[in-house]
Amino acid sequence: MEKKMKNNHASLNQIKTSTNVLFNAVFLILAVMCVFPLLFVFSISISSEESLRMNGYQIIPPQLSSAAYQFLWNERMMILRAVFMSVSVTVLGTILAVILTTSMGYVVSRRTYKLKTLYTWIVFIPMVFNGGMLASYVVVNNILNLRNTIWALILPLACSSFSVTICRTFFRTTVPDSIVESAKIDGADQFCIWSRIVLPISKPVMATIGMFAAFGYWNDWFQASLYIQDKNLQTLQSLLNNIQKNIEYIANNPYGGLSLQQYKSSMPTESVRMAIAIVIIVPIACTYPFFQKYFISGLTIGSVKE
Amino acid sequence: MGNQQSPVKGKSGKKALKIPRKRWTRDDTELFLLSVPTLVWYLLFTYLPMFGVIIAFKVYKLAPGGHGFLYNLLHSEWAGINNFKYFFTSNSFTMLLRNTILYNIAFIIISASVAVGGALMLSSMRNKRGSKVYQTMMFLPYFMSWVVVSYFVYALLTPERGYLNGIITALGGEKIMWYQEPKYWPFILVFLNTWKGMGYGMVIYLASITGIDPSLYEAAVMDGATKAQQARHITIPSIKPVFVMMLILDCGKIFNSDFGLFYQVTGGIPQSLYTTTSTFDTYIYNAIQSTAPIGQTAAANFFQAICSCATILFANWVVSKIDNENRII
Repeated sequence: MEKKMKNNHASLNQIKTSTNVLFNAVFLILAVMCVFPLLFVFSISISSEESLRMNGYQIIPPQLSSAAYQFLWNERMMILRAVFMSVSVTVLGTILAVILTTSMGYVVSRRTYKLKTLYTWIVFIPMVFNGGMLASYVVVNNILNLRNTIWALILPLACSSFSVTICRTFFRTTVPDSIVESAKIDGADQFCIWSRIVLPISKPVMATIGMFAAFGYWNDWFQASLYIQDKNLQTLQSLLNNIQKNIEYIANNPYGGLSLQQYKSSMPTESVRMAIAIVIIVPIACTYPFFQKYFISGLTIGSVKE
Repeated sequence: MGNQQSPVKGKSGKKALKIPRKRWTRDDTELFLLSVPTLVWYLLFTYLPMFGVIIAFKVYKLAPGGHGFLYNLLHSEWAGINNFKYFFTSNSFTMLLRNTILYNIAFIIISASVAVGGALMLSSMRNKRGSKVYQTMMFLPYFMSWVVVSYFVYALLTPERGYLNGIITALGGEKIMWYQEPKYWPFILVFLNTWKGMGYGMVIYLASITGIDPSLYEAAVMDGATKAQQARHITIPSIKPVFVMMLILDCGKIFNSDFGLFYQVTGGIPQSLYTTTSTFDTYIYNAIQSTAPIGQTAAANFFQAICSCATILFANWVVSKIDNENRII
């Protein structure tokens, strides 16, 4: 009953039916435009190489084939190694990002901290001025010597002033000073307060920071293209990015007694590329709808001024 | 960031009442220790690169004896402003400047209008469930890397098998060599940028629209305001702070470009598209990958960093003159 009343009340202030239909149509087109490429790439990945050669890329594959996925399966060592790298970078990086960001966010959020003003500037300046691509490259590559290590993929993206600010705002607004004070009276040190009291009640912001970091790491190809030449350290993204080189590399190292020529001609090049793209997108496409709300909350917390 | 300069208020009890400068306490030590890892990160990955700008004023040479980079840098000769002279007088400079700024202006205007317009439409839709589904679907491109997007684009545009050329020939047209025709690329890039950021932008504005006090709309309905009038006089003024903040942040990025968009989507910037799709970032990236003298690349880098800083401060200054409430610094 109550719901119906509410509906009646709301219907006083609604757009006209025709406008509503129009808006729905607009968004339907936009939404399909956003999802269509994914389906398109998928349908290429299951097309047979021959039909691709004959008809070009089609939305509905004229001839189905699982050759691309079979090929990936045969080359599973390479793919699995890349998956393993991507997963390790994402997991390690996300953990590190959450630790670095929340600890700094907590320290900056303490109003009584003596160095608060200094810290605010330390966090703020990089938002306005940064050394740029070349200087960062020189630091990672020449000064810290991280080239061809997993740390070159993890460390540069582990923290950002944007996420520290999100944390600070969150801690300021949702963690009551009285909790921190009473823990202090009970003899807890700040590390203990941060890890045992503040973090457990700050799961939303941790999820937000963690999600930003995780998607950032999973999608990163740029750091890899700058710092990683070692084939064994390739992530999925860099595998895809260097696919041309890689397919030639595989073709030059054939498995199972095929001659080079046979192997090259049997290789479903076009559909394999698209199949790797699918391997990258599917985990994201399956998870992001569940985490979308954390992104939104993070973005809205981040845009709250003090 | 407004009140950061204010003195410590009497939060820590009796002590703070009389003593104007708080003494260093054990608490401060603990907080300092807690922040050490992140401080180290900040020093290494944001502040150290800032000093990297001195490369721009050096003629970097390898000193004999296999020393490290820093040793070589410190022992290289000063170049004064020669590196900058070289960069400013090179053929690329005006082209890079024009491309970077014009693309960004187009991106800012179009993305902002799509995001605000879309958010207004989404918020007024009747079927809330449907609006949620649309939002989720439109958010998808935001989570894809440009490498993946470049594969979609490739599938659409590749001359021989591409989907678009398939349609064009089926309709009796000539095949278009997309990757060799510069005239299409400004549109393609603007379209892709809008496409990828659309869901994100709409959702930000939508979040601030849903935060508006509903009683404002109720009062407006009582006074006989139409939907359009409500949007104009309630919704738009309410989302102005977010809009201004996004605008300032975007202006700060006007000398930067989304590297992946320009580099990946074009397929590594082929020669034919060089003058239409190069930006400062692609120029610097190519220089890093090549054997170009590092000092000259650093000059480009330094120029970009200084301009970014200047534009964000300028945008903030302009906003503070017009409407002091909305400045972000």
